[in-house]
Amino acid sequence: MEKSILPKKTKKPMQKSLKSRDNELAITNKQLEILNGGIFADGELPYFKDKINEIGHFPLRPNKLEILQINVGYMCNQVCEHCHVDAGPDRKEIMTRETMSQCLDIIRNTGAHTLDLTGGAPEMNPDFRWFVEEAAKAGIKDFIVRSNLTIIRANKKYHDLPDFFKKHNVHVISSMPHYTRGKTDKQRGDGVFDKSIKALQELNERGYGMPDSSLRLDLVYNPSGAYLPGDQMALEADFKKALKEDFDIQFHNLFAITNLPIARFLDYLIASENYEDYMYSLVEAYNPAAVENVMCTNTISISWDGWIYDCDFNQMLDLKVASKVKHIKDYNEDIINDRNIIISQHCYGCTAGAGSSCQGTVA
Amino acid sequence: MADSYYNPADLRKFGKITEWSEEIGNKFFDYYGKVFEEGALSAREKSLIALAVAHVVKCPYCIDAYTKDGLQKGITKEEMMEAVHAGAAIESGATLVHGVQMMNKYNKLSM
Repeated sequence: MEKSILPKKTKKPMQKSLKSRDNELAITNKQLEILNGGIFADGELPYFKDKINEIGHFPLRPNKLEILQINVGYMCNQVCEHCHVDAGPDRKEIMTRETMSQCLDIIRNTGAHTLDLTGGAPEMNPDFRWFVEEAAKAGIKDFIVRSNLTIIRANKKYHDLPDFFKKHNVHVISSMPHYTRGKTDKQRGDGVFDKSIKALQELNERGYGMPDSSLRLDLVYNPSGAYLPGDQMALEADFKKALKEDFDIQFHNLFAITNLPIARFLDYLIASENYEDYMYSLVEAYNPAAVENVMCTNTISISWDGWIYDCDFNQMLDLKVASKVKHIKDYNEDIINDRNIIISQHCYGCTAGAGSSCQGTVA
Repeated sequence: MADSYYNPADLRKFGKITEWSEEIGNKFFDYYGKVFEEGALSAREKSLIALAVAHVVKCPYCIDAYTKDGLQKGITKEEMMEAVHAGAAIESGATLVHGVQMMNKYNKLSM
């Protein structure tokens, strides 16, 4: 007898980036066309612009700059199905030491209290360690590296990363889609769960994530599919309980992040015929209170080649800041902060429910 | 008019029932919202109960809604299926326990 009436899913080969697959969504204009067209152009759903205009927030303007987020390259050891960066081993966009030096000047003089390094897997940039060592000297209050955990186990040359992070008092923020193996591997690839668990244990051994430890270890949760994250505190409690009981792992905070409908996640939504429903869910969950503190109001994002963006998502859509200063070679914080933030319908992802940012909920 | 009784897109319009009867419609949604808040039971536990009931009352909208709600709450597929079995067991038990009535009647009518 047939065990299941459902079609069997065959094991997928390792994905490639949209870019290397010549997928049309690798063209950012094509993505923007989708986000601005369809159910929004038909008037079925309101444009984000109109929605924030209702509460007097259009044009959206920055508050004080608090977070400097630098993307040091799109190369990654993983090819996650939901990745908004379209990162992967085949991506060659990597920040040079020269651009890093320009960034260091900015880090030394910025009014921001937080430096947030991201990627790709930032550790795969050949100058990553040099950059961290130099940046750590700038005395910034909170120095974050977004590490995907598996990189620590990917190759011998990365095995000492936990010690390296500890030496420079780096705040580690890591992705962990679920506390069960099945869900994690489905989103991020086979074997990701076991490697992530091992990496977390190693970080714990160095004191990372332990109660009262100043070595901060936070986890990022984002849904493995076409649905929004649930309550951040409830998820944190579930993660803490399960990881402690099953693997004796501890961490500080869990950030629940909504997947934004761009790049590979947009490709997935369209291919699985979930796009419209997902956009409905985002618009239905729109929370005006989240607009006040949406991430782009206190963050700027710098790309591997030194361009400046309102956020990492706008970076991936190639929407450079609407300012006279668009590149770090001309960096001037006052001029950049006096700008209108560029928005489109993907922004609903940051204002849904309790809101969503790289630091978790905002409302 | 749609040519089938159930249309998945109608679930999005659920809130519109208040348009034809505002006061009691709103009272229902206030009650509904309150029921599913964290209480003596967690929102997670209530979501699983809702999923089981959704199957017992065979409401396709509720099944869609509470499968998605379960995913949002990090509930695993194994937990969801066990909840469906709990509902199914009660439903079949409810049928079978009537077997006692049948036995009683049989015995009463028989010499």
